[in-house]
Amino acid sequence: MNINATLLGQAISFGIFVWFCMKYVWPPIIAAMNERQAKIADGLAAAEKGAEAEEVAKREAGQLISEAKAQAADIIAQAQKRSNQMVEEARDEARTEGEKVKASAQSEIDQGVVSAREALRGQVSALAVTGAERILGREIDANAHAEALDDLVKQL
Amino acid sequence: MAGSAKEYIEHHLTNLTLGVHPENGFGFAHNGKEAGEMGFWAIHVDSMFWAIGLGTLFCWIFKRVADNIHSGVPSGLQNGVETVVEFIDTAVKESFHAKNELIAPLALTVFMWILLMNTMDLVPIDWIPTLATVFGVHYMKVVPTTDINVTFGMSLSVFALILYYSVKVKGAGGFFAELAFQPFPKWMMPANLLLEGVGLIAKPLSLALRLFGNLYAGELIFILIALLPFYLQWTLAVPWAIFHILVIVLQAFIFMTLTIVYLAMAHEHH
Repeated sequence: MNINATLLGQAISFGIFVWFCMKYVWPPIIAAMNERQAKIADGLAAAEKGAEAEEVAKREAGQLISEAKAQAADIIAQAQKRSNQMVEEARDEARTEGEKVKASAQSEIDQGVVSAREALRGQVSALAVTGAERILGREIDANAHAEALDDLVKQL
Repeated sequence: MAGSAKEYIEHHLTNLTLGVHPENGFGFAHNGKEAGEMGFWAIHVDSMFWAIGLGTLFCWIFKRVADNIHSGVPSGLQNGVETVVEFIDTAVKESFHAKNELIAPLALTVFMWILLMNTMDLVPIDWIPTLATVFGVHYMKVVPTTDINVTFGMSLSVFALILYYSVKVKGAGGFFAELAFQPFPKWMMPANLLLEGVGLIAKPLSLALRLFGNLYAGELIFILIALLPFYLQWTLAVPWAIFHILVIVLQAFIFMTLTIVYLAMAHEHH
Protein backbone atom coordinates (compact mmCIF):
# COMPACT_ATOMS: atom_id res chain seq x y z
CA MET A 1 0.00 0.00 0.00
CA ASN A 2 1.97 2.97 -1.24
CA ILE A 3 1.00 6.60 -1.17
CA ASN A 4 1.85 7.99 -4.57
CA ALA A 5 0.77 10.28 -7.36
CA THR A 6 -2.49 8.34 -7.77
CA LEU A 7 -3.68 10.61 -4.97
CA LEU A 8 -3.12 13.68 -7.13
CA GLY A 9 -4.65 12.01 -10.15
CA GLN A 10 -7.72 11.14 -8.14
CA ALA A 11 -7.99 14.67 -6.75
CA ILE A 12 -7.71 16.18 -10.21
CA SER A 13 -10.30 13.87 -11.75
CA PHE A 14 -12.53 14.52 -8.75
CA GLY A 15 -12.29 18.24 -9.40
CA ILE A 16 -13.06 17.80 -13.08
CA PHE A 17 -16.09 15.59 -12.42
CA VAL A 18 -17.46 17.98 -9.81
CA TRP A 19 -16.98 20.90 -12.16
CA PHE A 20 -18.69 19.01 -15.01
CA CYS A 21 -21.54 18.04 -12.74
CA MET A 22 -21.95 21.59 -11.47
CA LYS A 23 -21.92 23.08 -14.95
CA TYR A 24 -23.82 20.58 -17.12
CA VAL A 25 -25.68 18.08 -14.96
CA TRP A 26 -27.12 19.57 -11.82
CA PRO A 27 -28.71 22.85 -13.05
CA PRO A 28 -30.85 21.44 -15.89
CA ILE A 29 -32.08 18.47 -13.85
CA ILE A 30 -32.97 20.49 -10.78
CA ALA A 31 -34.57 23.19 -12.95
CA ALA A 32 -36.78 20.62 -14.69
CA MET A 33 -37.74 19.10 -11.35
CA ASN A 34 -38.63 22.48 -9.87
CA GLU A 35 -40.61 23.29 -12.99
CA ARG A 36 -42.55 20.04 -12.65
CA GLN A 37 -43.18 20.80 -9.00
CA ALA A 38 -44.61 24.19 -9.93
CA LYS A 39 -46.70 22.56 -12.65
CA ILE A 40 -48.13 20.00 -10.25
CA ALA A 41 -48.90 22.69 -7.70
CA ASP A 42 -50.66 24.75 -10.39
CA GLY A 43 -52.56 21.70 -11.55
CA LEU A 44 -53.76 20.89 -8.05
CA ALA A 45 -54.83 24.48 -7.48
CA ALA A 46 -56.69 24.47 -10.81
CA ALA A 47 -58.39 21.20 -9.94
CA GLU A 48 -59.54 22.63 -6.64
CA LYS A 49 -60.84 25.74 -8.36
CA GLY A 50 -62.60 23.56 -10.92
CA ALA A 51 -64.27 21.52 -8.21
CA GLU A 52 -65.46 24.73 -6.58
CA ALA A 53 -66.81 26.05 -9.87
CA GLU A 54 -68.59 22.75 -10.44
CA GLU A 55 -70.23 23.05 -7.03
CA VAL A 56 -71.47 26.55 -7.87
CA ALA A 57 -72.64 25.48 -11.32
CA LYS A 58 -74.52 22.53 -9.83
CA ARG A 59 -76.26 24.79 -7.38
CA GLU A 60 -77.18 27.24 -10.15
CA ALA A 61 -78.39 24.43 -12.36
CA GLY A 62 -80.60 23.12 -9.57
CA GLN A 63 -82.09 26.55 -9.09
CA LEU A 64 -82.73 26.95 -12.81
CA ILE A 65 -84.37 23.53 -13.02
CA SER A 66 -86.71 24.23 -10.15
CA GLU A 67 -87.61 27.60 -11.67
CA ALA A 68 -88.25 25.97 -15.02
CA LYS A 69 -90.43 23.34 -13.37
CA ALA A 70 -92.50 25.99 -11.65
CA GLN A 71 -92.87 27.89 -14.91
CA ALA A 72 -93.88 24.78 -16.79
CA ALA A 73 -96.49 23.96 -14.17
CA ASP A 74 -97.84 27.51 -14.52
CA ILE A 75 -98.03 27.22 -18.27
CA ILE A 76 -99.81 23.89 -18.09
CA ALA A 77 -102.33 25.25 -15.62
CA GLN A 78 -102.96 28.28 -17.78
CA ALA A 79 -103.37 26.15 -20.87
CA GLN A 80 -105.81 23.89 -19.08
CA LYS A 81 -107.83 26.87 -17.96
CA ARG A 82 -107.81 28.31 -21.44
CA SER A 83 -108.87 25.05 -23.04
CA ASN A 84 -111.72 24.70 -20.56
CA GLN A 85 -112.76 28.20 -21.41
CA MET A 86 -112.63 27.45 -25.12
CA VAL A 87 -114.69 24.32 -24.75
CA GLU A 88 -117.22 26.27 -22.70
CA GLU A 89 -117.38 29.03 -25.31
CA ALA A 90 -117.74 26.53 -28.13
CA ARG A 91 -120.55 24.84 -26.29
CA ASP A 92 -122.37 28.12 -25.72
CA GLU A 93 -121.97 29.13 -29.32
CA ALA A 94 -123.24 25.80 -30.52
CA ARG A 95 -126.21 26.10 -28.24
CA THR A 96 -127.19 29.59 -29.47
CA GLU A 97 -126.62 28.55 -33.07
CA GLY A 98 -128.84 25.55 -32.59
CA GLU A 99 -131.51 27.65 -31.03
CA LYS A 100 -131.34 30.11 -33.88
CA VAL A 101 -131.67 27.35 -36.46
CA LYS A 102 -134.53 25.87 -34.52
CA ALA A 103 -136.27 29.25 -34.31
CA SER A 104 -135.94 29.93 -38.03
CA ALA A 105 -137.25 26.45 -38.81
CA GLN A 106 -140.18 27.09 -36.48
CA SER A 107 -140.99 30.38 -38.17
CA GLU A 108 -140.81 28.76 -41.61
CA ILE A 109 -143.15 26.07 -40.41
CA ASP A 110 -145.48 28.68 -38.99
CA GLN A 111 -145.39 30.60 -42.24
CA GLY A 112 -146.17 27.41 -44.16
CA VAL A 113 -149.07 26.70 -41.90
CA VAL A 114 -150.44 30.22 -42.39
CA SER A 115 -150.07 30.14 -46.15
CA ALA A 116 -151.61 26.65 -46.29
CA ARG A 117 -154.45 27.91 -44.22
CA GLU A 118 -154.84 30.91 -46.57
CA ALA A 119 -154.89 28.64 -49.56
CA LEU A 120 -157.33 26.28 -47.95
CA ARG A 121 -159.50 29.17 -46.99
CA GLY A 122 -159.61 30.37 -50.61
CA GLN A 123 -160.40 26.93 -51.89
CA VAL A 124 -163.07 26.39 -49.21
CA SER A 125 -164.75 29.65 -50.15
CA ALA A 126 -164.66 28.73 -53.81
CA LEU A 127 -166.08 25.32 -52.92
CA ALA A 128 -168.78 26.94 -50.83
CA VAL A 129 -169.69 29.20 -53.68
CA THR A 130 -169.80 26.34 -56.17
CA GLY A 131 -171.87 24.27 -53.74
CA ALA A 132 -174.27 27.10 -53.15
CA GLU A 133 -174.61 27.62 -56.93
CA ARG A 134 -175.42 23.98 -57.40
CA ILE A 135 -177.94 24.16 -54.61
CA LEU A 136 -179.48 27.34 -55.78
CA GLY A 137 -179.33 26.46 -59.43
CA ARG A 138 -178.04 29.76 -60.36
CA GLU A 139 -175.18 31.87 -60.36
CA ILE A 140 -174.35 33.85 -57.39
CA ASP A 141 -172.86 37.16 -58.04
CA ALA A 142 -169.60 36.81 -56.34
CA ASN A 143 -169.22 40.48 -56.07
CA ALA A 144 -172.62 40.96 -54.60
CA HIS A 145 -171.90 38.41 -51.95
CA ALA A 146 -168.36 39.10 -51.42
CA GLU A 147 -169.04 40.48 -48.01
CA ALA A 148 -170.82 37.36 -46.93
CA LEU A 149 -168.11 35.17 -48.41
CA ASP A 150 -165.34 37.04 -46.70
CA ASP A 151 -167.18 36.65 -43.46
CA LEU A 152 -167.38 32.98 -44.10
CA VAL A 153 -163.74 32.71 -45.04
CA LYS A 154 -162.74 34.47 -41.87
CA GLN A 155 -164.66 32.01 -39.78
CA LEU A 156 -162.79 29.06 -41.20
CA MET B 1 -5.50 -19.93 -8.98
CA ALA B 2 -1.87 -18.99 -9.36
CA GLY B 3 0.50 -20.55 -6.87
CA SER B 4 0.03 -20.62 -3.15
CA ALA B 5 -2.64 -18.81 -1.17
CA LYS B 6 -0.16 -16.18 -0.04
CA GLU B 7 0.82 -15.41 -3.61
CA TYR B 8 -2.81 -15.29 -4.68
CA ILE B 9 -3.73 -12.81 -1.95
CA GLU B 10 -0.71 -10.64 -2.59
CA HIS B 11 -1.39 -10.66 -6.28
CA HIS B 12 -4.91 -9.46 -5.70
CA LEU B 13 -3.84 -6.70 -3.37
CA THR B 14 -1.16 -5.25 -5.63
CA ASN B 15 -1.94 -2.35 -7.92
CA LEU B 16 -0.71 -2.01 -11.46
CA THR B 17 1.93 0.64 -10.77
CA LEU B 18 3.60 2.77 -13.40
CA GLY B 19 6.62 4.79 -12.48
CA VAL B 20 10.40 5.16 -12.54
CA HIS B 21 12.21 2.38 -10.68
CA PRO B 22 15.72 3.26 -9.44
CA GLU B 23 17.19 0.16 -11.09
CA ASN B 24 14.79 -0.90 -13.83
CA GLY B 25 13.98 2.58 -15.09
CA PHE B 26 10.56 3.71 -16.33
CA GLY B 27 7.89 1.02 -16.61
CA PHE B 28 5.36 -1.10 -14.74
CA ALA B 29 6.43 -2.52 -11.39
CA HIS B 30 6.84 -6.27 -11.45
CA ASN B 31 5.76 -6.78 -7.88
CA GLY B 32 4.66 -4.94 -4.76
CA LYS B 33 8.20 -4.36 -3.57
CA GLU B 34 9.25 -2.67 -6.80
CA ALA B 35 6.11 -0.54 -6.70
CA GLY B 36 7.11 0.64 -3.23
CA GLU B 37 10.60 1.49 -4.43
CA MET B 38 9.22 3.75 -7.12
CA GLY B 39 8.41 6.33 -4.46
CA PHE B 40 5.75 9.04 -4.68
CA TRP B 41 5.96 9.77 -8.38
CA ALA B 42 4.36 6.55 -9.50
CA ILE B 43 0.76 6.02 -10.42
CA HIS B 44 -1.71 3.17 -9.99
CA VAL B 45 -2.88 2.76 -13.55
CA ASP B 46 -5.66 0.32 -12.66
CA SER B 47 -7.13 2.57 -9.93
CA MET B 48 -7.03 5.60 -12.20
CA PHE B 49 -8.48 3.68 -15.13
CA TRP B 50 -11.46 2.38 -13.20
CA ALA B 51 -11.99 5.57 -11.21
CA ILE B 52 -11.95 7.81 -14.28
CA GLY B 53 -13.92 5.28 -16.31
CA LEU B 54 -16.66 5.06 -13.70
CA GLY B 55 -16.66 8.82 -13.13
CA THR B 56 -17.03 9.32 -16.87
CA LEU B 57 -19.84 6.76 -16.96
CA PHE B 58 -21.63 8.68 -14.22
CA CYS B 59 -21.16 12.02 -16.01
CA TRP B 60 -22.21 10.55 -19.34
CA ILE B 61 -25.42 8.99 -18.02
CA PHE B 62 -26.42 12.07 -16.06
CA LYS B 63 -25.49 14.43 -18.87
CA ARG B 64 -27.56 12.41 -21.31
CA VAL B 65 -30.57 12.64 -19.01
CA ALA B 66 -29.92 16.33 -18.36
CA ASP B 67 -29.84 17.02 -22.11
CA ASN B 68 -33.20 15.38 -22.74
CA ILE B 69 -34.88 16.38 -19.52
CA HIS B 70 -38.41 17.78 -19.57
CA SER B 71 -40.86 18.71 -16.86
CA GLY B 72 -43.57 16.38 -18.16
CA VAL B 73 -44.16 12.85 -16.94
CA PRO B 74 -40.68 11.34 -16.51
CA SER B 75 -39.90 7.81 -17.60
CA GLY B 76 -37.15 5.21 -17.51
CA LEU B 77 -33.68 6.52 -16.89
CA GLN B 78 -34.92 10.02 -16.14
CA ASN B 79 -36.92 8.59 -13.24
CA GLY B 80 -33.86 6.96 -11.74
CA VAL B 81 -31.67 10.01 -12.18
CA GLU B 82 -34.32 12.29 -10.72
CA THR B 83 -34.73 10.00 -7.73
CA VAL B 84 -30.99 10.26 -7.01
CA VAL B 85 -30.96 14.01 -7.58
CA GLU B 86 -33.95 14.52 -5.32
CA PHE B 87 -32.36 12.32 -2.65
CA ILE B 88 -29.15 14.36 -2.77
CA ASP B 89 -31.05 17.64 -2.88
CA THR B 90 -33.00 16.70 0.26
CA ALA B 91 -29.85 15.60 2.07
CA VAL B 92 -28.11 18.86 1.18
CA LYS B 93 -31.08 21.03 2.17
CA GLU B 94 -31.36 19.27 5.50
CA SER B 95 -27.84 19.97 6.70
CA PHE B 96 -26.50 22.80 4.56
CA HIS B 97 -28.25 26.11 5.06
CA ALA B 98 -25.85 28.62 3.55
CA LYS B 99 -26.07 29.50 -0.12
CA ASN B 100 -23.51 27.70 -2.26
CA GLU B 101 -23.99 26.43 -5.80
CA LEU B 102 -21.14 23.96 -5.44
CA ILE B 103 -22.36 21.80 -2.58
CA ALA B 104 -25.22 19.91 -4.22
CA PRO B 105 -23.33 18.92 -7.42
CA LEU B 106 -20.35 18.05 -5.24
CA ALA B 107 -22.50 15.80 -3.07
CA LEU B 108 -24.04 14.19 -6.16
CA THR B 109 -20.62 13.50 -7.65
CA VAL B 110 -19.28 12.12 -4.38
CA PHE B 111 -22.26 9.84 -3.89
CA MET B 112 -22.57 8.49 -7.41
CA TRP B 113 -18.88 8.13 -8.03
CA ILE B 114 -18.14 6.31 -4.76
CA LEU B 115 -21.23 4.19 -5.25
CA LEU B 116 -20.06 3.09 -8.71
CA MET B 117 -16.49 2.48 -7.55
CA ASN B 118 -17.70 0.45 -4.56
CA THR B 119 -20.04 -1.55 -6.78
CA MET B 120 -17.04 -2.90 -8.65
CA ASP B 121 -16.55 -5.01 -5.53
CA LEU B 122 -19.54 -7.12 -6.55
CA VAL B 123 -17.95 -8.18 -9.83
CA PRO B 124 -16.66 -11.71 -9.19
CA ILE B 125 -13.18 -11.25 -7.91
CA ASP B 126 -11.23 -13.12 -10.59
CA TRP B 127 -13.08 -12.12 -13.73
CA ILE B 128 -11.43 -8.87 -14.63
CA PRO B 129 -7.91 -9.73 -13.32
CA THR B 130 -8.01 -12.98 -15.31
CA LEU B 131 -9.18 -11.15 -18.39
CA ALA B 132 -6.39 -8.60 -17.88
CA THR B 133 -3.84 -11.41 -17.60
CA VAL B 134 -4.98 -12.66 -20.99
CA PHE B 135 -4.03 -9.25 -22.37
CA GLY B 136 -0.67 -9.32 -20.62
CA VAL B 137 -1.52 -7.11 -17.66
CA HIS B 138 -0.41 -8.87 -14.47
CA TYR B 139 -1.88 -6.71 -11.79
CA MET B 140 -5.42 -5.40 -11.86
CA LYS B 141 -7.31 -4.10 -8.83
CA VAL B 142 -10.78 -3.21 -10.06
CA VAL B 143 -12.18 -1.50 -6.95
CA PRO B 144 -10.61 1.97 -6.81
CA THR B 145 -11.94 2.65 -3.32
CA THR B 146 -9.74 -0.15 -1.96
CA ASP B 147 -6.80 2.01 -2.96
CA ILE B 148 -5.95 4.40 -0.15
CA ASN B 149 -4.68 6.95 -2.67
CA VAL B 150 -8.13 7.20 -4.18
CA THR B 151 -9.94 7.71 -0.89
CA PHE B 152 -7.34 10.21 0.27
CA GLY B 153 -7.47 11.96 -3.06
CA MET B 154 -11.12 12.65 -2.47
CA SER B 155 -11.00 13.37 1.24
CA LEU B 156 -8.09 15.78 0.86
CA SER B 157 -9.98 17.59 -1.91
CA VAL B 158 -12.89 17.93 0.49
CA PHE B 159 -10.44 19.08 3.17
CA ALA B 160 -9.11 21.75 0.81
CA LEU B 161 -12.69 22.94 0.27
CA ILE B 162 -13.25 23.01 4.05
CA LEU B 163 -10.19 25.22 4.52
CA TYR B 164 -11.08 27.42 1.55
CA TYR B 165 -14.65 28.08 2.68
CA SER B 166 -13.66 28.47 6.33
CA VAL B 167 -11.28 31.26 5.37
CA LYS B 168 -13.64 32.71 2.78
CA VAL B 169 -16.68 32.87 5.07
CA LYS B 170 -15.03 33.69 8.41
CA GLY B 171 -11.84 35.36 7.25
CA ALA B 172 -8.40 34.10 8.22
CA GLY B 173 -8.71 35.72 11.65
CA GLY B 174 -12.13 34.28 12.28
CA PHE B 175 -10.99 30.82 11.27
CA PHE B 176 -7.95 31.10 13.52
CA ALA B 177 -10.11 32.33 16.40
CA GLU B 178 -12.33 29.32 15.96
CA LEU B 179 -9.30 27.06 16.28
CA ALA B 180 -7.54 28.94 19.07
CA PHE B 181 -10.13 30.54 21.37
CA GLN B 182 -12.38 27.63 22.12
CA PRO B 183 -13.48 25.43 23.81
CA PHE B 184 -11.30 26.82 26.66
CA PRO B 185 -10.62 30.51 27.50
CA LYS B 186 -8.06 32.44 25.47
CA TRP B 187 -5.13 31.94 27.84
CA MET B 188 -5.25 28.21 27.12
CA MET B 189 -4.65 28.82 23.42
CA PRO B 190 -2.09 26.01 22.91
CA ALA B 191 -4.48 23.44 24.33
CA ASN B 192 -7.27 24.84 22.18
CA LEU B 193 -5.13 24.76 19.07
CA LEU B 194 -4.14 21.18 19.77
CA LEU B 195 -7.70 20.02 20.34
CA GLU B 196 -9.26 21.86 17.42
CA GLY B 197 -6.28 21.06 15.19
CA VAL B 198 -6.68 17.38 15.83
CA GLY B 199 -10.41 17.70 15.23
CA LEU B 200 -9.73 19.41 11.93
CA ILE B 201 -7.12 16.91 10.74
CA ALA B 202 -9.35 14.06 11.81
CA LYS B 203 -11.95 15.05 9.23
CA PRO B 204 -10.08 14.06 6.05
CA LEU B 205 -8.38 11.17 7.83
CA SER B 206 -11.62 9.63 9.04
CA LEU B 207 -13.33 10.23 5.69
CA ALA B 208 -10.59 8.48 3.75
CA LEU B 209 -9.84 5.69 6.18
CA ARG B 210 -13.47 4.79 6.84
CA LEU B 211 -14.20 4.31 3.15
CA PHE B 212 -10.90 2.59 2.48
CA GLY B 213 -11.15 0.31 5.53
CA ASN B 214 -14.65 -0.87 4.79
CA LEU B 215 -14.02 -1.60 1.14
CA TYR B 216 -10.56 -3.07 1.67
CA ALA B 217 -11.90 -5.43 4.32
CA GLY B 218 -14.80 -6.40 2.08
CA GLU B 219 -12.44 -7.06 -0.81
CA LEU B 220 -10.11 -9.07 1.40
CA ILE B 221 -12.95 -11.31 2.55
CA PHE B 222 -13.97 -11.90 -1.07
CA ILE B 223 -10.35 -12.88 -1.79
CA LEU B 224 -10.33 -15.28 1.16
CA ILE B 225 -13.63 -16.79 0.05
CA ALA B 226 -12.11 -17.24 -3.40
CA LEU B 227 -9.48 -19.53 -1.83
CA LEU B 228 -12.17 -22.09 -1.05
CA PRO B 229 -12.91 -24.92 -3.50
CA PHE B 230 -15.08 -23.48 -6.27
CA TYR B 231 -18.13 -25.61 -5.39
CA LEU B 232 -18.17 -24.19 -1.84
CA GLN B 233 -17.50 -20.55 -2.63
CA TRP B 234 -21.10 -19.59 -3.19
CA THR B 235 -22.09 -20.61 0.36
CA LEU B 236 -20.07 -17.69 1.70
CA ALA B 237 -19.74 -15.42 -1.31
CA VAL B 238 -23.49 -14.98 -1.79
CA PRO B 239 -24.31 -13.94 1.82
CA TRP B 240 -21.26 -11.70 1.94
CA ALA B 241 -22.12 -10.07 -1.39
CA ILE B 242 -25.67 -9.43 -0.23
CA PHE B 243 -24.39 -7.91 2.99
CA HIS B 244 -21.81 -5.98 1.02
CA ILE B 245 -24.51 -4.27 -1.04
CA LEU B 246 -25.45 -2.51 2.18
CA VAL B 247 -21.84 -1.50 2.84
CA ILE B 248 -21.45 -0.19 -0.71
CA VAL B 249 -24.42 2.14 -0.48
CA LEU B 250 -23.87 3.03 3.14
CA GLN B 251 -20.24 4.05 2.68
CA ALA B 252 -21.11 6.19 -0.34
CA PHE B 253 -23.89 7.80 1.67
CA ILE B 254 -21.71 8.40 4.73
CA PHE B 255 -18.94 9.98 2.67
CA MET B 256 -21.48 12.26 0.99
CA THR B 257 -23.27 13.21 4.22
CA LEU B 258 -20.04 13.97 6.07
CA THR B 259 -18.81 16.05 3.14
CA ILE B 260 -21.99 18.12 3.34
CA VAL B 261 -21.81 18.41 7.12
CA TYR B 262 -18.13 19.41 7.17
CA LEU B 263 -18.73 22.06 4.51
CA ALA B 264 -21.79 23.29 6.38
CA MET B 265 -19.64 23.66 9.49
CA ALA B 266 -17.09 25.59 7.45
CA HIS B 267 -19.86 28.02 6.49
CA GLU B 268 -21.21 28.55 9.99
CA HIS B 269 -20.03 30.99 12.61
CA HIS B 270 -19.65 29.58 16.08
